[in-house]
Amino acid sequence: MAQNVNFDLSHPLIEAGLESPVDEEGVHDSFSQLIAEQSQNEGLSDAFELQQLQRQLDEEDRDDVAFLSSPGHDFRERRPMRRDVEWQDNEGQADPLVGERWSSATMKVLSSMPSRTIGRSRGAIISQYYNRTMQLRRRRQSRPAIRDFSRSARPSIRGYGFEVDSTDAEVSKRDRLVNNLQNLSVSDRVRMLRGMPLSVAEKSELRSLALQKEKRTLSGSQIPCCSQLKYYIIIGARHSWYSWLNFLHSLHLWQVALKTVSGRFGTGVLSYFLFLKTLLFFNVFLFLVTGAFMVLPQAVHPPVLPAGRSSFSGLELLTGAGYFSDTVMYYGYYCNYTLRKSCRDDGGVQNVSLSNGTRLDCVSKHLSYNMPLAYFFTIGVAFFITCIILVYSMSKSFGQSFRIDKSHSILAMKVLCSWDFKVIKKSSVKLMSENISTQLKELLAEVNQKKVKNTACQKLGRLMVHGLAWTICIASTTACVLAIYYFSGYMHKNLQQSSLSADKNPLLTEASLLALPVVVSLINLLLPGLFNLAAWMEDYESPSVRTYVAICRNLMLKVSVLGLLCYHWLGRVAAEPKSIGLKCWESFVGQELYRFLLMDFIFTLLDTLFGEFLWRLFSEKALKRRRKPVFDIARNVLELIYGQTLAWLGVLFTPLLPAVQILKLLLLFYVKKSSVMMNCQAPRKPYRVSQMTTVFITLLCFPSFLGASVCVTITMWSITPSSSCGPFRELKTMFQAGKRWVEELEKDNPNLSVLARAHSYLVENPFFLFVGAGIFLIVIYFHSQVVDGQRKIISLLQEQIENEGEDKKFLITRLQSIHEKKRTPARRLTSQDSSC
Amino acid sequence: MPELKDNPFRQRIAEVFSEDGEGNMTLDDFLDMFSVLSEMAPRDLKAYYAFKIYDFNNDDFICKSDLEKTLNKLTRNELTEDEVRMVCEKVIDEADLDNDGRLSLEDFQHMIVRAPDFLSTFHIRI
Repeated sequence: MAQNVNFDLSHPLIEAGLESPVDEEGVHDSFSQLIAEQSQNEGLSDAFELQQLQRQLDEEDRDDVAFLSSPGHDFRERRPMRRDVEWQDNEGQADPLVGERWSSATMKVLSSMPSRTIGRSRGAIISQYYNRTMQLRRRRQSRPAIRDFSRSARPSIRGYGFEVDSTDAEVSKRDRLVNNLQNLSVSDRVRMLRGMPLSVAEKSELRSLALQKEKRTLSGSQIPCCSQLKYYIIIGARHSWYSWLNFLHSLHLWQVALKTVSGRFGTGVLSYFLFLKTLLFFNVFLFLVTGAFMVLPQAVHPPVLPAGRSSFSGLELLTGAGYFSDTVMYYGYYCNYTLRKSCRDDGGVQNVSLSNGTRLDCVSKHLSYNMPLAYFFTIGVAFFITCIILVYSMSKSFGQSFRIDKSHSILAMKVLCSWDFKVIKKSSVKLMSENISTQLKELLAEVNQKKVKNTACQKLGRLMVHGLAWTICIASTTACVLAIYYFSGYMHKNLQQSSLSADKNPLLTEASLLALPVVVSLINLLLPGLFNLAAWMEDYESPSVRTYVAICRNLMLKVSVLGLLCYHWLGRVAAEPKSIGLKCWESFVGQELYRFLLMDFIFTLLDTLFGEFLWRLFSEKALKRRRKPVFDIARNVLELIYGQTLAWLGVLFTPLLPAVQILKLLLLFYVKKSSVMMNCQAPRKPYRVSQMTTVFITLLCFPSFLGASVCVTITMWSITPSSSCGPFRELKTMFQAGKRWVEELEKDNPNLSVLARAHSYLVENPFFLFVGAGIFLIVIYFHSQVVDGQRKIISLLQEQIENEGEDKKFLITRLQSIHEKKRTPARRLTSQDSSC
Repeated sequence: MPELKDNPFRQRIAEVFSEDGEGNMTLDDFLDMFSVLSEMAPRDLKAYYAFKIYDFNNDDFICKSDLEKTLNKLTRNELTEDEVRMVCEKVIDEADLDNDGRLSLEDFQHMIVRAPDFLSTFHIRI
């Protein structure tokens, strides 16, 4: 570092006790320190005079600063002369760069710095993306060498490629970029092109150039005719795949409705409707799978039904029993033998036994359909695929919303990232502006004020209020759960008695079955209101904490209610089905679930009617409030999750339940949409959409789906199926169907004994499950360590960025001073003479 | 166009996406605009264009005056002068990483990475 460097700066800082710049070990951690050292050597007056000289110089050769751009730029980057505006006040700032008046040469260099040109010219963008594609290619092809990694902390010229931004260079850069693009895989290329901030015309040109080159290189070499045919087939397949994707994309469901909702309410309320749409797709998938593999084969080969079927009366739609109980809707209808296509035209008679002996002569083996096996495997595979889809969407959503470091820039994010571009309606835009200004004022007040320390008394008071609220919630939940327990026990006894008694009014019995679902739905409706009151009493400061607490309490209620109901069905009904006169307890449980689903839907409609419509009328007319009620997103989403859990619980017993759920969701969408448009307004508190979406998908996966699958697994593993109905009669557990099939395979083909043994070890031995869980936990631990390491790297990189900023300032002022020295050697001599 | 009719940033959006910087858009520019504001656009692309939209004086930096203009458009001039000034100072404090007193594209992108809602709010449904 030279000792006689001059810095023409506005204010020299003198700090005592600084090392001399000759001492290289001295660490300059602040720019001002450096200035101070230099000025200590040079003296104050020099710097000041030089500053005056600097001003004179700039006044005399002030170029048109606006057009210091190199040729070949777009017309887009006209830069007005703005340095004039912020000149004076920066004397007192510690930051000499902003507002300095630089000479034209410095300005030229400044304006062609890579960080400033990236936004401007096409050439700069192309060279930036050339670098990126180069890196991507290196990464994809081989392990990159250590020296290819990004530069070290201190600036080294090696890492910086100096590019002169002329048109020739641009064309060659573009060719090289096209070459790189061509060498990437298709998905990488598409992703790179998509991310480039160029116009559509340029991007399509690049893409066509890249594809053209590919075709040329391919046709250049001699391809034998067969592989040319294969090449054309592949191209054709790809085209048809893209057109299929286009078609799927055009089948947008509810496009206009979603746009209207988002135009009026923004992204928060939209997320509820998007969640509904997701659930609809899950159910459609489930319905297609069960319909194709279970319902359809059974419907085509109807079994011989027992006599005494009741006729259709309207009550079936509510209770699901009666006429519906002997249809393909319920478990009891399904046969336990292999369906075979008969040779006779009346399409009726099937074999009674599974494997041996047939009364018909013309049986074809590959047209047989093993119903119990199909039932078992369809349910298993459907659940497995649903699990995979759920975990995948959960991890994707989590990845998008996870913030690796605690964000400090709340205010910055609120100013720059919070405007919701989806909102279209004028009044909603106005409302959003008001909301944002209120939130900014609150944040500003929070940041400015010192946090008011509560006294110990106040803290204790708050703690007591929280404790009271939680006690109320937990007590009410426990009370309701106990109430449901006793009520279900009472209904069970009722059924037992009525099955024993001689005269039964079947309609009344069926109607009484509706009592339990009504009670449960009523509790689900009223208790969240109580939780809201408790939260209002507690008065949380932070809206997100309030939302999480509300979700927690609602979740607790619903999980305990569902757990109790599962115990009631599997523990009481399935254990002794004969005591309530049931021949087929699975069908009964399926009917119960149908009733619960239906009652849940009816009560949601009632809640929409009373909670939103009438409440709005009431608050407008009676309370004379101007604001409509707020749409409670969290509560509505939890209702959806509860309904979906019921649907998943019921698929085993009622294969057509997904269809019922689909109808329910379709109707619910339109009802909720019209209610929201008429009666509600957007939430006033800030709503973190992606975080909340992640939370909801996680809730859908973990308590909801996991609970349902655990329940179904327990049913399949350990509960005895009924002996007179369903595809698993005469088996000890449903699981035996799969086991028996493997045994059959082994019998037929002894080579497959390995498979059978593997099956028995893997699936039945719990040791394997423990090992699997252990490996899973270890993998999670490693990943969490990786995340910790990445956090540390982020903080190191931030420090590095700050240092680079300091370096940049240093170099710029150094450049300026060298320019100064070159320009007026004579003047300096005279001024130095005068100061001596 | 109804999607942008009441958007306070509509003038800036038109300027950023138009070829001549004045707001007159060709069909290609129009397509550009909607492709950037669509669901499928990657985050960096959206951050780049959002940065250009908020950069009122087109100098590739979001300085204090740009922030003030942004704030006034956001809140329809409801905040007082003092509040606007304080907010701008705090924003630059929080987001400026290389300490040059204004936000460069890298600072802006670094902040966007930590705002997961940006992808869903910087999106127009058509």
